[in-house]
Amino acid sequence: MAKKLPPVDVVLVGFGWTGAIMAQELTEAGLQVLALERGGWRDTPTHFPTTVAPDELRFYWRHEMFQDTARETLTFRNNDSQTALPMRRWGSFLPGSGVGGSGVHWNGQTFRFLPSDFVAASHNTDRYGPLPEGMTVQDYGVTYDELETHFDRFEKLCGIGGKAGNLRGALQAGGNPFEGRRSDDYPNPPMEMTFAQKQFGMAARELGLNPFPAPSANMSRPYTNPLGVQLAPCTYCGFCEKYGCGNYSKAIPQTTILPVLMGKHNFTLKTHNEVLEITRDSSGRRATGVTHVDVHGEVFEQPAEIVILCAYPLQNARLMMLSGIGRTYDPRSGEGLVGKNYCYQVVSSVDVFYEDRYTNQFVGAGALGMVIDEYNGDNFDHAGLGFIGGGYLACWTTNARPIETHRTPEGTPEWGAGWKKAVKENFLKSTGVSTHGASMAYAQNRLDLDPTYTDVYGRPLLRMTYDFTPNDRAMTAYLTERATEIAKRMGGREIKVNAREGAYDSMPYQTTHNTGGTIMGSTPANSVVNRYLQSWDVPNLFVMGAGVFPQNAGYNPTGTVAALTYWAAEAIKSRYLPDPGPMVRA
Amino acid sequence: MRKSASFLVAGSALLGAVEAARANDFAAVERGRYLTQAGNCQGCHTPAGEEPFAGSRPLETPFGVIYTPNITFDTETGLGRWTKDDFWRAMHEGKAKDGSQLYPAFPYPHFTKMPREDVDAIYAYLATLEPVRKKRPENELPFPLNWRFTVKGWNMTFFEPGVFRPDPEKSQAWNRGAYLVEGPGHCSGCHTEKNLLGADKKGRHLAGGRLENWSAPDIRAGRHGGLEKWSEEEIVEFLRTGRNAHSAAFSIMSEVISYSTQHMAEADLKAIATYLKDLTGEERAAPRKPADAVMTAGAAIYLDNCTACHVSDGSGVPRFFPPLAGSGKVNNPDPTTVIRVLLEGARAVPTKTHPSPLTMPAFGWKLDDDEIAAVATYVRSSWGNSGGAVEADEVRKLRGLLAEGPP
Amino acid sequence: MADQPALPDPTRTFFTAAERACVRAISARLIPSDDTGPGAEEADVVTFIDRQLAGFYGRGERWYTKGPFSEGTEQQGYQFESPPAGLYRKALAALDAHCRRTHEGKAFDELGAEVQDGILTAMEEGELEFEGVAATAFFELVLDNTIEGFFSDPIYGGNRDMVGWRLVGFPGARYDYRDYLDHDGKRLDIPPVGLAGRPEWKTP
Repeated sequence: MAKKLPPVDVVLVGFGWTGAIMAQELTEAGLQVLALERGGWRDTPTHFPTTVAPDELRFYWRHEMFQDTARETLTFRNNDSQTALPMRRWGSFLPGSGVGGSGVHWNGQTFRFLPSDFVAASHNTDRYGPLPEGMTVQDYGVTYDELETHFDRFEKLCGIGGKAGNLRGALQAGGNPFEGRRSDDYPNPPMEMTFAQKQFGMAARELGLNPFPAPSANMSRPYTNPLGVQLAPCTYCGFCEKYGCGNYSKAIPQTTILPVLMGKHNFTLKTHNEVLEITRDSSGRRATGVTHVDVHGEVFEQPAEIVILCAYPLQNARLMMLSGIGRTYDPRSGEGLVGKNYCYQVVSSVDVFYEDRYTNQFVGAGALGMVIDEYNGDNFDHAGLGFIGGGYLACWTTNARPIETHRTPEGTPEWGAGWKKAVKENFLKSTGVSTHGASMAYAQNRLDLDPTYTDVYGRPLLRMTYDFTPNDRAMTAYLTERATEIAKRMGGREIKVNAREGAYDSMPYQTTHNTGGTIMGSTPANSVVNRYLQSWDVPNLFVMGAGVFPQNAGYNPTGTVAALTYWAAEAIKSRYLPDPGPMVRA
Repeated sequence: MRKSASFLVAGSALLGAVEAARANDFAAVERGRYLTQAGNCQGCHTPAGEEPFAGSRPLETPFGVIYTPNITFDTETGLGRWTKDDFWRAMHEGKAKDGSQLYPAFPYPHFTKMPREDVDAIYAYLATLEPVRKKRPENELPFPLNWRFTVKGWNMTFFEPGVFRPDPEKSQAWNRGAYLVEGPGHCSGCHTEKNLLGADKKGRHLAGGRLENWSAPDIRAGRHGGLEKWSEEEIVEFLRTGRNAHSAAFSIMSEVISYSTQHMAEADLKAIATYLKDLTGEERAAPRKPADAVMTAGAAIYLDNCTACHVSDGSGVPRFFPPLAGSGKVNNPDPTTVIRVLLEGARAVPTKTHPSPLTMPAFGWKLDDDEIAAVATYVRSSWGNSGGAVEADEVRKLRGLLAEGPP
Repeated sequence: MADQPALPDPTRTFFTAAERACVRAISARLIPSDDTGPGAEEADVVTFIDRQLAGFYGRGERWYTKGPFSEGTEQQGYQFESPPAGLYRKALAALDAHCRRTHEGKAFDELGAEVQDGILTAMEEGELEFEGVAATAFFELVLDNTIEGFFSDPIYGGNRDMVGWRLVGFPGARYDYRDYLDHDGKRLDIPPVGLAGRPEWKTP
């Protein structure tokens, strides 16, 4: 028998970026907010101070920052003909656990999706005709212009360093000419570029492209955000993604919101409490709260007026399925929506090796890079190309952590004297052009519950059925060719093309950008949540995170995830609270 | 007989309550609240995380441990039976309600400078607090100090009761600052070196002290003073926000800023700054030059461990990470704080204006005594600093004291 | 030696002496010591692997270990019932049996470098089949662990004297390169430092 706890206004399931933003916004509105986080408390001086942070083995390879697969993982297969098997350890993506979530170990590359990304279905259909068979791309139901001020808020919260390309409609030299109209510049200047970025910029300009500095959540100078919280200048130590920043230099919930939030009398955080189910009344149309379990195995019933899912996208989808809210998507019948349109990110790279120039990649940072956007979204004519969407190309210098990053030229053996010699000669003298491509939704790629494997509580694991699609393959081939053109002009001795070919492999790390499964849209017939991220079925249930993306765009998701969270918070405050109920009539 | 005795007790309790009620007018309570903050009463009378003002915080003194009393108006364990006169005698003369001597860990040698109306206002404020029933533990003082009358002799030697008298030669701001620093603020409690008997050393007023294994810096801000480089505005900023271009507050000063100075009126902080700027120090002899080998090792340790925050040239990131070049704490002749911060780390006080608890990690587990001494020496002898060398033996001794832990 | 305390041998935590000799020999072929510089031998990679296998990693404590187990596709990753330590134990026994059977009773570490390389290549390419354990998966695991042991912080027992980092020029566990941002493609000579320091921290 679950112990019933005193009710709260809002319960947040998970406490990473979206949970922290939502908590800050709703406590400001005077609501009593409770966040339930299944991982532990984490802060800079205790969990990743500079004295221990630069430890590649511990933090990356031994998964210090990530969800514990021993307790729960997901199962994976490329397609329906295979039996999904558990990912016994993480590989291709690395969901976080504990306070701050994956927002603690991100790189800090903070883009705004392109205006056309939000209307991918209608925009591409208008320009190129009907979408191909099996492609289930749709519009977000919210536009870039509606989100603009929310992007701006997140950039100011985080102290993003960058260069505006479109300031109130006027194009700015040195910025991204393709970006949506910005109401304001970035709060901080771009990071300082190193040798590799300069080579990339030169090569890109030679090709008539417009390189611009990547928007970065690694501080380019000391910054105090609008909440009064301080972020220190980045020291370019090269331990961002997969690590916590020991120096308060990377925007994470702990360095932007928590110092203010944690002291509020109307906010409570319970760590080591995992939500088991979203509970509903007898009508099934109203969430009554959640049940959760603590580390001692005691189960609690937490009543709440509003339930907001703020966990990792894969978790949000799974919790909806475990709670029986909405129908799980079935590609055979085409019915059901929860789990539909699971998308990823399609990445590739071209390495550049120098003869006598040193890239010194250990002088790096997670979002230290130069970018070109000519081949992203619909910034170029796709006629005759056989795909829609695209991606950005960038020269990042993020790290020289040697277990992970030791580039070797074409033809180098995997081990032995030849490998060792190549690693030695190229370790300090290589860089790369990476492509970061969109992932379009297809009917067969999806999430559902696994019929066989269970978590530590005996509940079904999430099952992922995913492979790259024809659109992905054509797109990544195109982007890789464009990257090769730039890489060849960067002054190196030789290049090596690392194309994305073959079946999607769940093991080598690619990126932690898992999207879809709880998608947003214009009607209950095509989406799990409406344009305010409110459940169509249960109007006092909201779902945050990249799970609401109907398909993934070429950019990294965090900026858009945060803007959508601010947008939803604003809607809850200004529309839902005065008149609780569906904010969009079905 | 017994009946009348208990009647008397009840009567005096009643009298206390009546006086408290009478004093409970808004202006006096507000003034009392302000002075209670200015005196940081909450700091000593509250153990970390417990009920404010209910006492029992152990104070480490050179003579033993003293537990602070409950100053809420609980009738059994607090001031519930105290009259205004009782309270005045405690503040002004250092005498408890029963006439016994209070230990001078209670800073009555400072509070004696406060006029009656200020003391009455504090009384009025404390009377408005929710009474908390909480009995304090027995003090741990060795003979003969556990005999409270011993303090009588101490008082005869070191204590001069008397309300603050303004210096007509000085400005109004100076006099207000002097009153706040010497009276309710009792700054010299930490910042003045004590003699063997625990009284302020003559001629060392606010020139730095040592307590609870910290060295409190010289806070004289005039010529040759420890804060000579601080402008009045910077002193105000430090007290109001916990940070300024030179430093960040941590440890005991965090409490002072957190409970007290960040809430004080700007004019009062300016007055404190005016007064401190008028206090001059004395020229210091240059310390002996450290050995080259120690400086070389210290430089390597500094480069590998410290520059991410404090920057390779010691300039730090003002208001984020304190500069070490020119730092009063770093240059303090007594290196205790430098060693201790290296061993244990330190957390900058989060304040209303700067809520981030920016924290330096501990190095005690990572660097041995020689390495701590070398990097401390390097920091105290570079970029124009002249704090002087630190010996490994000093590190070893402080580690030992810290290992004993708080009482 | 009655006056010696009965502590376990700190150089041996998981491996038997024979297993240790074998893994040491394997790692020495994966990252050989040659004229480009020290290899896995000097880095003491075998001690790193031994300690890793004795701890949570070897026991698979952070891995999902519930059944059922089946082989799976290449894209589905590690699907063995044994966690890493168990895989080593089984595979090393199988490798030993294979070597003794095909090389006149000799253990792997008693064979010449070329012969060893041949066996490793056969394992890598799936040409060698072990009884009850996948040779290719074992090879991949040893290769991963050897690279980890060569390049991880010396506190874990490998990368002794930071030889791996020195070989490639990685400056180690540093947290500030602001002074080098304008390197402009020139070589930087920054000595490596581990989490526990470097020799220059000591005052002579």
